[in-house]
Amino acid sequence: MRYRALLILLFGALALCGCNEGVLDPQGPIAAAELELLMNSVAIMLVVVVPVIIATLGFAWWYRASNPRAVRSLDLAYEGRIEFVTWSIPALIVILLGGVSWISSHQLDPRAPLAGTAPPLRVDVVALDWKWLFIYPDEGIATVNQLVVPAATPVQFRLTSATVMNSFFVPQLGSQIYTMSGMETHLHLLADNPGEYPGISANFSGDGFADMRFTVKAVPPGDFTAWVKQVSGTAVALDATAYAALAKPSEGVPPTAYSAVKPKLFERILNQSAARIDNAAAGAAWCPPAF
Amino acid sequence: MLGRLSWAAIPFNEPLPLISAAVVGLVVLAVMVTVVVKGWLPYLWREWLTSVDHKRIGVMYFTLGLVMLLRGFSDAIMMRTQQAIAVGTAHGYLPPDHYDQIFSAHGAIMIFFVAMPFVIGLMNFVVPLQLGVRDVAFPVLNSVAFWLTASGALLINLSLVIGNFARTGWMGYPPLSELAFSPDVGVDYYLWSLQISGIGTLLGGINIVTTILKLRAPGMTYFRMPVFCWTALASSLLIVAAFPILTATFLMLLLDRYLGFHFFTSDAGGSQMMYVNLFWAWGHPEVYILILPAFGVFSEVFATFSGKSLFGYRSMVLATLAICILSFMVWLHHFFTMGAGADVNAFFGIMSTVIAVPTGVKVFNWLFTMFRGRVVYRTAMLFAVGFVVTFVIGGMTGVLLAVPPVDFVLHNSVFLVAHFHNVIIGGVVFGALAGYNYWFPKVFGFTLDERFGKASFWCWLVGFYLAFTPLYVLGLKGMTRRLEHISNPGWQPLLLVAEAGAVVIMCGILCQIAQLYVSIRTREQHLDLTGDPWNGRTLEWATTSPPPPYNFAVLPQVETLDAFWDMKQRGTARPAPAPAYEAIEVPRNSPVGIVIAFFASIAGFTLIWHIWWLAIIALLGAAITLFVFGWLDDREREISAAEMAETERARSGRRQFA
Repeated sequence: MRYRALLILLFGALALCGCNEGVLDPQGPIAAAELELLMNSVAIMLVVVVPVIIATLGFAWWYRASNPRAVRSLDLAYEGRIEFVTWSIPALIVILLGGVSWISSHQLDPRAPLAGTAPPLRVDVVALDWKWLFIYPDEGIATVNQLVVPAATPVQFRLTSATVMNSFFVPQLGSQIYTMSGMETHLHLLADNPGEYPGISANFSGDGFADMRFTVKAVPPGDFTAWVKQVSGTAVALDATAYAALAKPSEGVPPTAYSAVKPKLFERILNQSAARIDNAAAGAAWCPPAF
Repeated sequence: MLGRLSWAAIPFNEPLPLISAAVVGLVVLAVMVTVVVKGWLPYLWREWLTSVDHKRIGVMYFTLGLVMLLRGFSDAIMMRTQQAIAVGTAHGYLPPDHYDQIFSAHGAIMIFFVAMPFVIGLMNFVVPLQLGVRDVAFPVLNSVAFWLTASGALLINLSLVIGNFARTGWMGYPPLSELAFSPDVGVDYYLWSLQISGIGTLLGGINIVTTILKLRAPGMTYFRMPVFCWTALASSLLIVAAFPILTATFLMLLLDRYLGFHFFTSDAGGSQMMYVNLFWAWGHPEVYILILPAFGVFSEVFATFSGKSLFGYRSMVLATLAICILSFMVWLHHFFTMGAGADVNAFFGIMSTVIAVPTGVKVFNWLFTMFRGRVVYRTAMLFAVGFVVTFVIGGMTGVLLAVPPVDFVLHNSVFLVAHFHNVIIGGVVFGALAGYNYWFPKVFGFTLDERFGKASFWCWLVGFYLAFTPLYVLGLKGMTRRLEHISNPGWQPLLLVAEAGAVVIMCGILCQIAQLYVSIRTREQHLDLTGDPWNGRTLEWATTSPPPPYNFAVLPQVETLDAFWDMKQRGTARPAPAPAYEAIEVPRNSPVGIVIAFFASIAGFTLIWHIWWLAIIALLGAAITLFVFGWLDDREREISAAEMAETERARSGRRQFA
C-alpha cells in the first residue's frame, strides 16, 4: 500500500513540474515499460533512501553536543544485531532489484522482436556526419532526418555508422542503441499512435552534434503506403554519387527523401567501413613509406 | 625543425581563450617575479620543490588540485552559461569547436588534475602519520610521482594557448579521437598529458601500497589501522591494478595516431568497442580510486566529531575491500547501449547493483557512529552530514542507471551527468574539503576559519542541488549531454536554474579562498598548540602541529585500534619529559623529481608537435637523470640524538597539553 502511495506521489510530483515530454511521455510499449521500470526501481529504493536521509538528519540533530536530553553511550562501537541489519537491508533491496534487472533485461532486450498484429517494417539506419539516413530496404526508398513509420506496427532496425560512433535515440519510443562503423546493431521499436516524436543522437560525434536531430513521424498505415508510393515516384534517386555527396559532413540538413536506393546500400556501408584499407595510414604522423 | 608548431598554433582569432590564458600567464609571471625578487626562490627550492618529505608532497598535491579546480570550474561555468543562453534559435557565445574543447577539458581536468591530486595529496600527508611512521616507503619516487602529475597539468594548460585541446569528450572515444576525425593536436595534448600524469599516479600508488604493507608503527597490525589507511590501501591497490590498463590503451591510440596502427580505427579491422571496454576497465575502478579515500575521510570525521569510535570497524574494512574487488566487475554498465545480449547486460547490471550493498553498509555505519554520540559541528562534520544525504541520492540514481533497460533511456543524458556529479561532488569533493578542513591544523599548525568554512559548505551544498536537480529533470525530458545549443526553448528555465547553481558553487569556492586568506591573517588567534585540536583518535594527532620532518621523535607503541585515543585514556599520550632519543636517517632532498618532470614536459610538448629531435633529447635527459640518481650513494642524512632532542625541546616549549 505504501508502495502504491509512493508511486502516486512520484507521478504526482513529476506531473506538477510539467514533466510530460521525452522519457516521461512514452508513446510506445518499449518506452512505457521502461518508464514503469524506472518508477518501480525508484519506489523500491525510496523505501530505504527516505528513512536513511531522515535518520541521518535526525541523528545529526538529536545527538548534537548541545542537546542535554540526548542519551549518549560513547563506547558503542559494535552491536551484532545492528550489524546484521545494516548488511541485510541493502542486500534484500539488491536481491529484489537484481531480479528486476535480470527479468527486465531479457524482456526489453533491444534485439528481441516485438509482438504485433502487423508484419514488421524493416528500416536500416546509418549515422552520417551530422545527420541520419534511414533506408527502407523493402520499399527501395530512403529518407534523411525524418523517419516515417506506420503507427501500431513493429519497426525492426538494423543500425550502423558511416562515421564516428553515435547513438540512435527516440526518447518517447524507448531504448537507444549505439551506431558503430563496421558493426551492425539491432533494435525493435513501436509507436502506438500517429504523431511526431523527436529523435536525437545521444553520443557526442563532433562539431555538428547538437543539430543531429530527426523526427519520427508515425502515420496511419494507409497514409504510410501512400507516402511510400509518393516518394518512390517523385524523389531523387540515391545512387552512388548522391550517397557520396550525402556522406560529406553537413549540419542541420532538412528532411529529405530519396527513391531508387542503390540495392544493398546498408551492407555496402557496413562492409566498406569494416574493410577499408586504402589510404588508411596516410594521415599518420610518422609512417614508413610503403610497408 | 619545429614540426607542426608555427604561429598559426596560437588562436589569435579567438579572444576568449587568449584573454584567459593571458590572465593566467600574467598571474603566474607575477608570482614568479615576486618569488625571485623577494628572494624566496632558494627557500622554495630547498623546502618544497626538491622536498621528498611526504607531508610537503601531500601539500603540493592538494595545492595543485585547488589551482586546477579553478581552471576546471571556469570551464564548468562557461558551459552552464552557454547552455543557459544558447536555447531555441540562439547559438550563445561559444562556437562548437570551442565548446567541445571546454567540456572535454572540464572532464579530464576535474578527474585527473583535481580529484586525483586531492585524494593522493590527502593519502600522502595522512597515511604515514596515521601509521605512526616517519616516511613513506619510497620518498624520492613519491616526489617523481608528484612532479609527473604536475607536468601533465602543465601540458593540459598549455593547450589553452598553443594549439587546442581535444574535442572528443574526456573519454576520447575512437574513431572520433583517431587521426581521420581529429587531425589536430587536441587529442595528442589529451593523450600525452594523461600518459605522463598517469605514470606519476601509478608510481604514487605503488608507493602508498608498499608503505601500508611494509611500514607501520610497532604494534600496528592490519586490524589496528585507521579506516582511512584501509581505504588508502584499497584505492592504491586499484591504482596499481587499473592505471596500467589506461596507459596501455592510450599507448595503442597513440600508435594509431603516430605510426598508422589500427587498434581502434574505424577501418582496417580496428575495433572501437575494444577502446571503450578497456577505457572503462580502468574507468570504473577509477571512480572507486577517488571515492574510497573520501569514504576514509568521512569515517575519521564522523568518529572524531561524534566523540566515538567508528561504528562497525570490521564491517567497514570488509565493505572497503569488497568494493575494491567488485569495482573491476562492472565496467560494462558504462555502455549497456552498445548492443550486448541480455545475459551480458543483466550480469553487469546486477554486479553494479551489488556494490550498493557494501556502500549501504558504510552509510549505516556512519549513521550509527553518530547514534548516541556527542556530535560537534565543525566545518568538516557539516561536509560529512551533507555528504551522506547527497550521496544516498546519488547512489540511488546510480543503481537506477545500473538497471539496463532504464539505462537505455537515460544513458548519455544529462540525468547521467547529474548522477555522476552527485557522487563526485557530493562524495569526492565534499570528502576532499572535509579532509582539508580536518587536517589543515595538522599541516600548518592553525585551524581554518569556521565562519567562512561553514559558508563555503552551505554554498557548495545549495549550489550543488540547484545546479544538478534541474539536470535530473532535463535528462528525463530527453536532453542529452554535450549539446552546444539546445533546440527546445521549453528547457531554458531549468537551464537557468542550473546556471544559478553554478554561481552559488562559485560563491562556495570564493568563501574557501576567503577562508584561507582570513585564517592565515588571523592565525595567531587559532594556533593549534596541542597538536590535537579536535580531540582526535588516531596517531596523526599524537605529534605536534605541524609535525617535525621526522613525524615522531619516538615511534609510538600501538596497543589498540584508535591508538591515540587509547593513549589518552591510559595517560600515556604525553611523552616522557626526556625520552631516549636515537639517531635516525632521513632522506636528503632530491631534485630528481622536478628534473625528470622538466624533461617529461618537454618530451610531451615536442611529441605533440612532432619536434622529434627535441623529444629524443628530452627523453634521454630523463633517462640520464634516473641513471645518475640510481648511482648516487649519499641519499640520506643522519639526525643525531642531540639534534633531535634540541628540535623537540624547541617544539615542546610551545606545546600545550589539554
